[in-house]
Amino acid sequence: MTRRHLLSSADLARDEVEAILTTAQSMHDVQRREVKKLPTLRGRTIINLFFEDSTRTRSSFEIAGKWMSADTINIAAKGSSASKGESLRDTVKTICAMSVDALVIRHNASGACHQVAQWVDASVINAGDGTHEHPTQALLDAYTLRGRLGGSLDGRHVVIVGDLAHSRVFRSNVITLGRLGARVTVVAPPTLMPSGIGAWAARDGFATAWDLDDVLDAASPGDRPDAVMMLRVQRERMSGGFFPTEREYTAGYGLTRERLAHLYAVVPDIPILHPGPMNRGLEISAEAADATSSVILEQVSAGVAVRMAVLYHLLAGSDAPSEKAEAS
Amino acid sequence: MSRDIGSRDLLIRGARVLGEGPADLLVRDGRIAEIGSLSGGSGAGPGGSASRDAQVIDVDGLVLLPGLVDLHTHLREPGREDAETVSSGSAAAAAGGFTAVLAMANTDPVTDTAEVAERVFDLGRAAGLVDVHPVGAVSKALAGKELAELGLMARSRARVRVFSDDGRCVSDARLMRRALDYVKAFGGVISQHSQDSRLADSAACCHEGELSGRLGLPGWPGVAEEVVVARDVMLARHTGSRVHVAHVSTAGSVEVLRWAKAQGIAVTAEVTPHHLALGTELLTGYDPVFKVNPPLRPTEDQLALRGALVEGLIDAVATDHAPHARHDKEHAFPDAAFGMLGLETAVGIVAELFVGPGLLSWAQVADRMSAAPAHIAGLTDQGRPIAVGEPANLVLIDPSAPWTVQASASQSLSRNNPWHGRELPVRVHATFLRGECTAYRGAVRGQFDIEELS
Repeated sequence: MTRRHLLSSADLARDEVEAILTTAQSMHDVQRREVKKLPTLRGRTIINLFFEDSTRTRSSFEIAGKWMSADTINIAAKGSSASKGESLRDTVKTICAMSVDALVIRHNASGACHQVAQWVDASVINAGDGTHEHPTQALLDAYTLRGRLGGSLDGRHVVIVGDLAHSRVFRSNVITLGRLGARVTVVAPPTLMPSGIGAWAARDGFATAWDLDDVLDAASPGDRPDAVMMLRVQRERMSGGFFPTEREYTAGYGLTRERLAHLYAVVPDIPILHPGPMNRGLEISAEAADATSSVILEQVSAGVAVRMAVLYHLLAGSDAPSEKAEAS
Repeated sequence: MSRDIGSRDLLIRGARVLGEGPADLLVRDGRIAEIGSLSGGSGAGPGGSASRDAQVIDVDGLVLLPGLVDLHTHLREPGREDAETVSSGSAAAAAGGFTAVLAMANTDPVTDTAEVAERVFDLGRAAGLVDVHPVGAVSKALAGKELAELGLMARSRARVRVFSDDGRCVSDARLMRRALDYVKAFGGVISQHSQDSRLADSAACCHEGELSGRLGLPGWPGVAEEVVVARDVMLARHTGSRVHVAHVSTAGSVEVLRWAKAQGIAVTAEVTPHHLALGTELLTGYDPVFKVNPPLRPTEDQLALRGALVEGLIDAVATDHAPHARHDKEHAFPDAAFGMLGLETAVGIVAELFVGPGLLSWAQVADRMSAAPAHIAGLTDQGRPIAVGEPANLVLIDPSAPWTVQASASQSLSRNNPWHGRELPVRVHATFLRGECTAYRGAVRGQFDIEELS
C-alpha cells in the first residue's frame, strides 16, 4: 500500500482496509507483551495537531506513535487559527517547517485535513474533521466488530443510532463497514438525519429508519441486527431545537434497560458499540454500557493497535510488520 | 458638451453592431456621431466626415455592444484596500468590457451616508476607467435595525438610486417595507440579499443536499432564499415600490419571479455567471475559492436559472465580483471568506453558455448585461442603443478568440478566481468610456499605447 495521507475512509479500498486490520492484529499482539516498543518508526516525527479538545483519540495516537518509537509531539492549537488572525495554511506550514513526517489533525471544521494535505509534504492523518469523517474510528470499530463476529463482516447487519447529522463517526463507519461487506442501517429522528440522506443511502447501499424499535424488532431473522452502535448526542444540540427534550430522545432512540432486555431476547450477546464519550442515561443506559456484550472498552484498546497499523502503512514502507516485530 | 482639447475622432470600421452586419462608427466628443455602411476607404460613408487626424481601427468581424453594466460589484474601498481598490476594481471591470459598475455598500466604513457615497463616487471618477455608482446601505451599518440616510445619499453628488445591505439580508419585514415605501420618493430600488437567517445562518456555506450531508458542511437550503423572495414580492406589491433580487440562485426563486411578474409586480432580478455555470460538486475538495454566498447550486437550479435568463424572467447578469486577500481564503472552508472574482470573465461565460449554443443573440446579451441593468439602476447614460447621438460607451468583443483564464493575469488585486484554467470562447477586445479607450486586450489605459489600438 503506497498511500501518503488518510483523509477519508473513502480513500481506502477493501484490500487496504483488510491490510490495515491484519497489521492491527499483529500490533495488538505486541500490546500484550511486557515490552511494547517496536523500532519501526525510530527517528520519525509525528505531530498531533489538535484544534479541538480530545482525550481518547489524541492519547491513542500518542501511544501508538510512542510504541513504534516515533517522536510524537502534541500541539493543542485550539483558538489559534481564524480567531487570532493566522490562517490555517500559515499554521501548518509553520509546523511543517520543523521537518515533520506526519501530521495527525483534529479540527472542528469539516475538510480541514483535505486542505492541509494540499499545502504540506508531510503525511496527513485525519483524526476527526468537523462533522465530516473520522477514518481511524471506523477502522477500530471494524476491527472490534470483526473480533466479535467471527472474523468477517460480510452480510452482517450493523445498526447505527443517534445524531447522524453531526456525526463524523457515522460518516466514516458507513463507508468502511460497507467496504467490508456489512449491511448498515442508520436510525435517527428526521431532524438528526444529514440532508439528502435518502439519495446518499440509495447510492451507497445502506438503509435509513426513523423508528428504532422497528429496526431492532425486525420480523425476518435475516434482518435482525448483528451489532448496534450508539452515537453520542451532544447536549448542545438541544438549543438547536433538534428534538424537544432529552427524555423524549431517550424514549425514542436510547438504548434503555427495557430496550436492551428486549434486544437480548432476540439477539443474545449482541455487541454494543459507542465511540465515546458517553452520555449515560441519554443515548445509552448504564445497563447497556456495562453489559457483558458491550465492547466499548475493547474499542479503545483496538484504537491503539489500529492507529499503529495506520502509521505503519503510511510511514514505514512496505516491509511486512511481523518481520519488523520479530526484529525488535 | 464642449470638445476636449486634443481629443481625436475615432473611426471604428467594420464592427458587427449587436452581432449583426458590419458598419462603421464615427465617435466624436464622446458620442456616436455617425453610423453607416462599410466605407471601404472610398471616402464615402461616415469615414468621410472624420477629421484628418481621426484614429481609425479596423475591427473586421468583431462584435460591438454597448458597454456592460454590473449591478453587483464589491470594490472593497474604503477598508480593505489590500483586497481591491476602486482603481483596481475599475481596471478589472474595464478589462471585462464594463463601462459602469454598482459598488456594494459593505465597505468599512459602510456606505450608509452621503459622505461615504461621494467618496466612492469620486474615487471612481479619479480612476476614470468605468462609471462607479455607489450602492447605498438600506440600514445603518448594515445592522438591519434603522434606515440609513437614503434620501441624503440620493440627493448627494453620487445620486444613489440602488440600496442594498448585500452580504446580509434585510430580515425585518417592517424595515424592508419602510425602505420600499421611502425610496419611491426618488425612484430608488431595494436590492435584496435574500437569505432567511434562521434557515441559513452565517455558518451556512454549502447548498443543503446530499453533498452537504456527505461533506459535513453546514447546509444553505434553497428555501432560505425562496421564502424571502416570496415575502419581498408581496411587500413590493403592497407598497407599489420596486424590489430587485440580487444573485438569484434557485429554481424555486425563479418560480416566485414568474408568478410575481405575471401579477405585474415591480420586481427585477439578477443572476451571477457562477450560479449559471458552476455547481455544488466543486465543493468536494473543500477549496475555499468555490465558497460563495449564496452557495453554488446543483445542476437543476443552474438549468432553471439559464432558462429564466433566456426567457427574461431574470433581467440581468451581475457578477457579484468579490475580491478577497489570499489569507482570508486560506482558512478551513467554514472559516474562509465568501466570494469570488467575476468582472473579467463574465461576458466570456455568458457567451459560452448562451451565445455559442444559440440561446441568446448578441443583442440579447446587450440587453441582459447592459440595457436591463442600466435601467434597473436608473442610469440614463449607460446601456443605451448604439445610435447617433448616444454616449460612446462601447465594448468590442472578439467572438472567435478562445483564451484560458489565468488567475495570476488579472487586473484585480485578488486571486480568488474560480475560473482559473477554464477556456472561454470570446475575449474582450477593447472597451470605450465616452469614446475613450479604457481597456485593450486585457490591459487598461496606461498599460498600452493608444497608437497600437487596432
